[in-house]
Amino acid sequence: MSTKPTDVGAVDSPAPSSKQAALTDAEVQKIRSEFPCLQLHRHGKRLVYLDNAATTQKPRAVIEALSRYYEGQNANVHRGVHYLSALATELYESARKRIKEFLGAHLVCEIIFTRGATEGINLVAQTFGRQHVGPGDEILVSEMEHHSNIVPWQMLCEEKGANLRVIPINDRGELLMDQYEAMLTDRTRLVSIVHVSNALGTINPVRQIIQIAHGRGIPVLVDGAQSAPHMAINVAELGCDFFVCSGHKMMGPTGIGVLYGRAELLESMPPWHGGGDMILSVTFEKTIYNGIPQKFEAGTPHIEGVIGLGEAINYLQNLGMPRIQAYEAQLLDHGTRVLEAIDGLKIIGTAREKAGVLSFIMDHAHPHDIGQLLDEEGIAIRAGHHCAQPVMQRFQIPATARASLAFYNTREELDLLGEAILKVKKVFG
Amino acid sequence: MSEDTKKRTLYEQVILDHNKNPRNCRLMPNPSCTSEGFNPLCGDQFTVFLKIEDDKIVDVSFQGCGCAISKSSASIMTTVLKGKTKAEAEALFARFHDMVTSDPGETDPPGDLGKLEVFCGVREYPVRVKCATLAWHTMLAALEGKNNPVSTE
Repeated sequence: MSTKPTDVGAVDSPAPSSKQAALTDAEVQKIRSEFPCLQLHRHGKRLVYLDNAATTQKPRAVIEALSRYYEGQNANVHRGVHYLSALATELYESARKRIKEFLGAHLVCEIIFTRGATEGINLVAQTFGRQHVGPGDEILVSEMEHHSNIVPWQMLCEEKGANLRVIPINDRGELLMDQYEAMLTDRTRLVSIVHVSNALGTINPVRQIIQIAHGRGIPVLVDGAQSAPHMAINVAELGCDFFVCSGHKMMGPTGIGVLYGRAELLESMPPWHGGGDMILSVTFEKTIYNGIPQKFEAGTPHIEGVIGLGEAINYLQNLGMPRIQAYEAQLLDHGTRVLEAIDGLKIIGTAREKAGVLSFIMDHAHPHDIGQLLDEEGIAIRAGHHCAQPVMQRFQIPATARASLAFYNTREELDLLGEAILKVKKVFG
Repeated sequence: MSEDTKKRTLYEQVILDHNKNPRNCRLMPNPSCTSEGFNPLCGDQFTVFLKIEDDKIVDVSFQGCGCAISKSSASIMTTVLKGKTKAEAEALFARFHDMVTSDPGETDPPGDLGKLEVFCGVREYPVRVKCATLAWHTMLAALEGKNNPVSTE
């Protein structure tokens, strides 16, 4: 595969914040001591955790917030008149406010709690999608989407007789922006695009993508599962209509995520799940739905998850997202150099604007075997298709080995990765 | 069984050899039956071809790609199946399966599996059982004439 001259890949303009000073090595050492799982050992070696795109480790502050909740704050939220219920409600709703600030939303009611980014996309597909997409209409995604931003739209398209269209990428793993523009038609009802690719690390120019779509009156959903943990997000500034992210990829608990939606859109959308909390009044003849965000939060929510996520966001904000991003960029540079120096190793995903993902293949070792042997060295990476099989098909490979970074990783850990890969080479020749 | 044999490493030299130079890795022009197997977790994919005469496997081959464990298991499988009846092939897989899923802490692995014993180390790595058994599941599906692709999930 060669890069054709017309192959004008997208490059995200660097955020103004990227000039901020990176976290220092001393700060990172202190941070590491605050993560219990980073103190683990495997085969007598200190765990090197490089599977952060799958899930991040949790700081003690988050773990303690969860036990604090169950030991002294546990009650169901909303409508309770007793002390504990009022306290739990206050904690739950103040986490929502914190997340609103973190994502730069205009209004608190634009923040809806979900189980994760996947559920956020499904919610939009099943409400906004079913409302606006009809036979012959089109939904636009990219070739680098995670399955969670493909399958919900395929299900919707099948139901409605609509078409899923796919923006191609170049050999570096960058979106072909001229093709994107050409693919927008008067049948396009939504552009649903990943912000940072979990398999390639590509940072997509979402600001530009949104501007172009909005120029034609087409709304845009941004899948921020891999961006929200690694860079400052401002949904109002980006102008996106929907934004989804997952708590467990940003130092928070599993089973909790966020859907941001513009209030005007959320208000016009039908509810998804029915049940308690999402109603104002119920009779057998007629139910009146609650306003947003409650309209989309049926049933007792994941209260401790929300509180834990609020604490995780507090932790991230104290470090400062621009400083996290700057440090992770240094780590990525270092890791890229380490891997590039290994003969017979090829990095998959070489976008000019890239986040801390190092996907690679080796001449004689299958990714699964690489992962296995690295585990013997105490290094945790992931091997497989990373829930992005179309990306693997694009690069004509069955799988990659993937080291993915977080702000608690160090250059020394990436050096250990390099040394361990040399051992893999020795075994497989 | 000695302590040493019990603590076999996963990547035995024989396994690495079959991974590098797989045996019977070829398309079979007119197979009696064939089947395709997938391991969606890691993207392994194999097709197994069988030629059967008078209820006996007279030829067996495979094609596809996968990790060292799955590929060498497919390769070694093809070297032990020739001349076996369907019932013998099934019985052999049952014993192979018992070996790779036996409890590493409790029991000695079942012996007398000949060449297949190099996969004994797999029982220490439950995640890799699917890799070691993919070709076998695919072979059995072909014998049973199932048309649906086999999946380890």
